[in-house]
Amino acid sequence: MSEFEPKIIAFVCNWCTYAGADLTGTSRMKYAHNVRVIRTPCTGRIDYMLILKAFSAGADGVIVSGCHPGDCHYTSGNYHARRRWMVFRSLLDFLGIDVERVRFAWVSAAEGAKWAEVVNTTVADIRRLGPYTEYQNLIGRGVERSFQV
Amino acid sequence: MSRIGVFVCHCGENIGATVDCAQVAQMSSSIPGVVHSVDYKYMCSDPGQTLIKEAVKEKKLTGVVVAACSPRMHEPTFRRACAEAGLNSFLCEMANIREHCSWVHEKGDQTTQKAADLVRVLVEKVKRNRPLRPIQVPVTKTALVLGGGIAGIQASLDIANAGQKVILVEKDPSIGGHMAQLSETFPTLDCSQCILTPRMVEVAQHPNITLLSYSELESLDGFIGNFKARIRKKARKVDEKLCTGCAVCTQKCPQKKIPSKFNAGLGMRTAIFVPFPQAVPNKPVIDIENCRYFKTGKCAVCQKLCPAKAVRFEQEDEILEIDVGAVVCATGFDVVNTDFFPEYGYGKYPDVINGLQYERLASASGPTLGEIRRPSDGKIPETVVFLACAGSRDRAKGIDYCSKICCMYTAKHAMLYRHKVHSGKAYVFYMDIRAGGKMYDEFVRRAIEEDGAIYVRGRVSRIYERDGKLIVKGADTLLGGEPIEIKADMVVLATAAVASPAAEELAQKLHISYDSYKFFSEAHPKLRPVETNTAGIFLAGACQAPKDIPESVAQASGAASKVCGLFSQDQLSREPLIAAVNRTAPPQYSSCTGCFLCESVCPYRAIERETITTRGGKPIRTIARVNPGLCQGCGTCVAVCRVKAIDLDGFSNSQLYAEVRALA
Repeated sequence: MSEFEPKIIAFVCNWCTYAGADLTGTSRMKYAHNVRVIRTPCTGRIDYMLILKAFSAGADGVIVSGCHPGDCHYTSGNYHARRRWMVFRSLLDFLGIDVERVRFAWVSAAEGAKWAEVVNTTVADIRRLGPYTEYQNLIGRGVERSFQV
Repeated sequence: MSRIGVFVCHCGENIGATVDCAQVAQMSSSIPGVVHSVDYKYMCSDPGQTLIKEAVKEKKLTGVVVAACSPRMHEPTFRRACAEAGLNSFLCEMANIREHCSWVHEKGDQTTQKAADLVRVLVEKVKRNRPLRPIQVPVTKTALVLGGGIAGIQASLDIANAGQKVILVEKDPSIGGHMAQLSETFPTLDCSQCILTPRMVEVAQHPNITLLSYSELESLDGFIGNFKARIRKKARKVDEKLCTGCAVCTQKCPQKKIPSKFNAGLGMRTAIFVPFPQAVPNKPVIDIENCRYFKTGKCAVCQKLCPAKAVRFEQEDEILEIDVGAVVCATGFDVVNTDFFPEYGYGKYPDVINGLQYERLASASGPTLGEIRRPSDGKIPETVVFLACAGSRDRAKGIDYCSKICCMYTAKHAMLYRHKVHSGKAYVFYMDIRAGGKMYDEFVRRAIEEDGAIYVRGRVSRIYERDGKLIVKGADTLLGGEPIEIKADMVVLATAAVASPAAEELAQKLHISYDSYKFFSEAHPKLRPVETNTAGIFLAGACQAPKDIPESVAQASGAASKVCGLFSQDQLSREPLIAAVNRTAPPQYSSCTGCFLCESVCPYRAIERETITTRGGKPIRTIARVNPGLCQGCGTCVAVCRVKAIDLDGFSNSQLYAEVRALA
């Protein structure tokens, strides 16, 4: 049997992490292919419903990454994202959704190497955790419906 | 039904070597809604763009996805190509299969699969894009300059000379700022007032400049091109139009013992006063806290003697409302006082003074008419110790940064002292000498080599008084930390330059950010040094960081040219990727519940409260509204909205969810 290939969806901000991931490319650093990047203007825009939707779309792991604290292009979006994440992760935990499958990171536009490292470690972590099937079971029990937009 | 075209670029070998582009194009053709899907060697080349344009026309495409490099690279190129073919440019998106795929992965099926996934994500997004037009905002061609120091003066003159209107607001009764207080300026030793006062007069006489002295900003609302400023014109208690500046009032005022702020507390002024003889405007102000008439109701000598009958005790503050298109913030800095230093006597020794006080002593217009006389007894000091870095670069004092100007002015102070008192001894204690600048290091060398200033590398631990002398105890770290004790007659502390005490409050009024030292933050430390993160507000001078005169002037001219660039257009064009609150038919009007969480998270204060009324004007409910001029499109409001009443064009809920679903 071939090795488990995790599916990872990354929500990144346009100004820091997206540009940082561009830099990884221009510096030709290699990283695991498992990640699919979805561009948002700012981590502040990332509605955490999107994380649940990503799991419901079959993702095994999620990366949320934006500008470092103090560097937000929009002054404070990343602080709002961080604050919401602190609350949301407790909620996830309470609901029985594995918090370890969400990686929250700060990657600046100058940190091409860090982006590669974030992706690689996340892929390795998720590979260790295995495919995420519990979420689909939870959906069957109605968690999804209570989060429906 | 969507008609999407997918264009896969090989970027020569850059993408083609690791991604099977033909297969990506082929896989994309089966996505619902995709009616055209091709690959090409160089999509950004002329023939590549022609390929897109022709397909848009022939296949009547309603959306285009270009799978190529990063949108940060070529999005404008392809959007322009689409616009030329008659497709709204916001219906074109790019899938980044180079930086995010071909360059970071090895050749293989998985890499090709990833590229195809990325294309599918963007196809699902572009299906939900809607045509947008750049937002046009009118521009009020009047600039508001806050602060009438050298930076504010320079910015005002530059903008006014370019033919635009300027309103210059200064909180003190006269413009001039700190530069007017200085004696001579490094590295040329030209007299500060000689080079400044002509500029001050020019400001007063310029037809394009309205000078509002003794005034302060109350509030600023609005957005780039369309600010509304409320300015408090403090009551001078003197009718500026009638006053001729004859100065009879200031000569006859009986209240004469008030420390003069202009003379840094070393000289005295009257209760009705002009800060200094060359003040612009040269009209007095009554200091009501010290005026005998305002304290006791008796006196009114100035009113009786004024030949122009200009004194107005009943005059009140006035609030002016002004429309402006841009703001230049040039509010300057302050220096810490000698009472900041316990080790140097908490300011209790009158002969321990700060640099600004020394400037007044050395100035020909100062309290001693330019003779260096110590404040306590007016004697000419025989030994003067100058301490550089008093407070600066001192973590224990909470001032980690270098105040930048002190090395130079301390060298100047020592030099001026030696020029004026030939037999005197000038010691300078320093940590490092930072004399980067044109002719700066030469200047410091001149102070040491030609004018005989004695430079001692080391810090002073204590200053105390003994037998009428100030004992300065320190160590010479160049001689292995050997203790050193100097009996001085006067000590000058080059105290740290700090942000002005009102900086924080002003930053909140202007809605600009500031650093931990309360200096205002520029939009980018290197590439946007005169802009703030709030569009239309610019910085000049030492309100951003300690600066010397040439730097302040350069930044002021930079800010002025930014303002003139802004004013060169009648309308501003902005990216339309902004948020909006939905509106629905009555009786709902909107799904917004009016919780205003969005208002609390918006960094741009772009959320307004809108009251929906009946035709008769009766209020029905209050909902949020996004001011399109202020919104920068971060989308934080969208994420916090509980009922999803607010959405962001370009990154809407339906777009982002569709993108996630595309990966299922």
